[in-house]
Amino acid sequence: MYDVIVFLPLFGFLIAGVFGRWIGARGAEFVTSGFLGVSFVLAWIAFFQVAGGADAHVPVANWFVSGKLAVAWALRVDTLTAVMLIVVTTVSFLVHVYSIGYMSDDPSRPRFFAYLSLFTFAMLMLVTSDNLVQLFFGWEGVGLMSYLLVGFWYEKPSANAAAIKAFVVNRVGDFGFALGIFLTFRLTQSVTFDQVFAALPGLEGKTFHFIGFDWDATTLACLLLFMGAMGKSAQFLLHTWLPDAMEGPTPVSALIHAATMVTAGVFMVARLSPMFQMSEVALSVVLIVGATTAFFAATVGLVQNDIKRVIAYSTCSQLGYMFVGLGVGGGFSLGMFHLFTHAFFKALLFLGAGSVITAMHHEQDMRKMGGLRTEIPYTFWAMMAGTLALTGVGIPFTIIGFAGYVSKDAIIEASFATHTYGATYAFWCVDIAAALTAFYSWRLVFMTFFGTRGQRESWMEEEHTDAHGAHGNDDHGHGEHPAHESPLVMLIPLAGLALGAVFAGDVFRHWFIGGAAEAFWRHSLVLKEGGILEAMEHVPLWVSISPTLMMLVGLLIAYYMYIVAPEAPRQLAAAFPDLYRFLLNKWYFDELYDLIFVRPAFWIGRLFWKGGDGAVIDGFGPNGVAARVLDVTRGVVKLQSGYIYQYAFAMLLGVAAFATWYLFTGVR
Amino acid sequence: MAGVLFFWIFSIVLVGSALAVIVARNPVHSVLFLILAFVCAAGIFLILGAEFLAMILVIVYVGAVAVLFLFVVMLLDVDFARFKEGFVQYLPQAALIALIVAAQLIYVVGGWHSSPAAAVPAAPSGTLSNTAALGEVLYTRYFYFFQAAGLILLTAMIGAIVLTLQHKANVKRQNVADQVARTPKDGVELRKVPSRAGI
Amino acid sequence: MDLSAYLILAAIVFTIGIAGIVLNHKNMIVILMSIELILLSVNINFVAFSTFRADLTGQAFSLFILTVAAAEAAIGLAILVAYYRNRGSIAVEDINSLKG
Repeated sequence: MYDVIVFLPLFGFLIAGVFGRWIGARGAEFVTSGFLGVSFVLAWIAFFQVAGGADAHVPVANWFVSGKLAVAWALRVDTLTAVMLIVVTTVSFLVHVYSIGYMSDDPSRPRFFAYLSLFTFAMLMLVTSDNLVQLFFGWEGVGLMSYLLVGFWYEKPSANAAAIKAFVVNRVGDFGFALGIFLTFRLTQSVTFDQVFAALPGLEGKTFHFIGFDWDATTLACLLLFMGAMGKSAQFLLHTWLPDAMEGPTPVSALIHAATMVTAGVFMVARLSPMFQMSEVALSVVLIVGATTAFFAATVGLVQNDIKRVIAYSTCSQLGYMFVGLGVGGGFSLGMFHLFTHAFFKALLFLGAGSVITAMHHEQDMRKMGGLRTEIPYTFWAMMAGTLALTGVGIPFTIIGFAGYVSKDAIIEASFATHTYGATYAFWCVDIAAALTAFYSWRLVFMTFFGTRGQRESWMEEEHTDAHGAHGNDDHGHGEHPAHESPLVMLIPLAGLALGAVFAGDVFRHWFIGGAAEAFWRHSLVLKEGGILEAMEHVPLWVSISPTLMMLVGLLIAYYMYIVAPEAPRQLAAAFPDLYRFLLNKWYFDELYDLIFVRPAFWIGRLFWKGGDGAVIDGFGPNGVAARVLDVTRGVVKLQSGYIYQYAFAMLLGVAAFATWYLFTGVR
Repeated sequence: MAGVLFFWIFSIVLVGSALAVIVARNPVHSVLFLILAFVCAAGIFLILGAEFLAMILVIVYVGAVAVLFLFVVMLLDVDFARFKEGFVQYLPQAALIALIVAAQLIYVVGGWHSSPAAAVPAAPSGTLSNTAALGEVLYTRYFYFFQAAGLILLTAMIGAIVLTLQHKANVKRQNVADQVARTPKDGVELRKVPSRAGI
Repeated sequence: MDLSAYLILAAIVFTIGIAGIVLNHKNMIVILMSIELILLSVNINFVAFSTFRADLTGQAFSLFILTVAAAEAAIGLAILVAYYRNRGSIAVEDINSLKG
């Protein structure tokens, strides 16, 4: 059954990709969506089977054996896998169905659906992998599909640039990841998870010499592997690609950059939880990086004007939360639970934004929107559900609340309760970020659905410092056209995800982070008996209330600034122009990286290209030889002047030379 | 004694006129100096005892070749001034080559050890004159060369005619082949002429 | 006089002929006359050797050289005349059709 789940999307890709021209766009849609529907149903069945205790290991094929390194294609199914299976297949299936409506007037639909299915296959390979190399295969596969899907509209130069940026920044992380795999093999003589985990206790206290220092072996391996996670999950410093990836179609953003690909980093750290648990330093690094990301991305999301960018930064921030959940130590299920709920409500928000964009005729700038509440009510309620989930609305001291309330607040409490180094910093970061999250989420809702259409359009002419943000895919359609609701094929996935966003927290809490967590996760994650999951239940009162408090603060400020006093945002921006521009330009990270990395890289590239390749290799090689031949020829041509007297003179010189030669060497 | 004196006279005049040939501005002067050079060479041949050759030199070289040169020089309308244009430019190279060649030749000659027997010109042996002796050698041992020389002359003659013969359009000529190929049919026309009428 | 005197004389005339070719490259007639000088020097060489070695071969060959020189002078002048007829001048600097 598990190989059916994993390989059906691959067949969907092959059919839609190879035969797309023959079966047509409709055929491609049906085939891929149908196959994914089957995977989706089977994944939920599998989830309940595994939750009941039926782990599985399905060998598929041998890959290669080289000395001690033996890598095989195999599917490892435990609870962690099962959770990821349902996340991936559910969101992917709903995105497939949604795309039937969203991409209905795109000429390259077969290619799109083929890419979506191939991406799903790569992601499934990643989550079912039983060794690091197969995981890396899936890792690279999703990276490739991200490139192809972000650059789906490849005629747009900005899309191409964004796709390249995504791939290259991921590459930086992948470099660390590869080094981590090498080190793991070096230390444990294996890359298969079971064998690595078995060898871990023996690595206690071992050191490894690297770049002139002696590191603790497991810490170094964890840090290198985490570098990969930083790239893939757009953490602080390697985050620059995620907002630009919004160049891709909205379903792509929903699938890849909300629910699945960016969570691969979280999954990887969770999968390697035994290794990470051994290293306090690595856990602290994960905690601090995650907290910084959560805070940083939330600040940038406060002032963005493109609806998709706000949600993108929100994703970046929530990924930070997930890593905080992982970094508290012994509570890896916290991060996984937030991953689970976040998949639902973030995909919901993205697909809802897609619905808004379609209704606004491909306009993405929020300043041109307004008052859509009455025109597209279903979308409005879906976005409301998503926002309530994201901001974490719930009743304190109970577990009744929307999905984000359950998972996010758990992380905030855990960050307070843990003793990992950096916990206090992390707690304050995520706590304040909760307020910021609420603010920008409600800002989005108020700007889009409330007020009157185009009431903030006058702000656009004065925004000269607006960095790439708010351009739709084709900027036609101002507010005069009435917005119409999306077709049913787009609304049904929204409904499905809304269900998840509302109920997933309450329904699954017990197994993920509640009392049944040990029995649920078993050995797939490290959960200490009486560890953080216990401790976080006993945090002080103010810590339990603070997330809800922060959420209310954010909501009230947003309400004031966007409903009560609509001129307030502009006045605030005018009062602190430098801070406003700093946030608007994403803390100038892109400019910084451009200066430090991109320009020198281009300079070196140009040096090797023009100087090395052109001048040296071509100069000494073909071009140089050809030019020298021409020079010699030009000289030789002068000899053939056409004047016979010069030929006679040449003969004379020859005779004189011969005579001189024989004079001195003698005739034999 | 006389031989040495005449040798020196002839040699100096020969060298001088040779230089004059290549340096003279007027080509007619060059030809005349060439004639002088030939005559001096003939004199040197006489000193060496090659009378036949000396006379042949005068008759053939001076009488035929040099006259031919004169004919051509006077026939062609030549611009004297242009000829000396490259003179100074090429003088150093010419001088260098000439000196090298001369040095080599003189070096070779000076390094020889001639046998004493060769130091003195041999007196003509026997009673034959130089011409007769030459004939004895020419028509027997060097017979084929002699014939070949004849053929060369034939070729040269034909070549010269071929190169320069021009048929002028308004000059009447005979075409012997046509004459010979004439048949009675197109040569003679038979007409019946009535008496007292005429053709 | 001994043999080397004649040989040196021939060498000098030979060099003068060569110099003449190089110096007067524009004047076809003088080139032909310089060639005649070269052949003359060769003749002097042959006859000198013939006399000093008492062998008539040298003189026989001198005769042949004379023949060839005459033939060559004739042909050369014929070419010159033909060329003059075609071009109207004997400026050799125009004869560069062999230019590569």
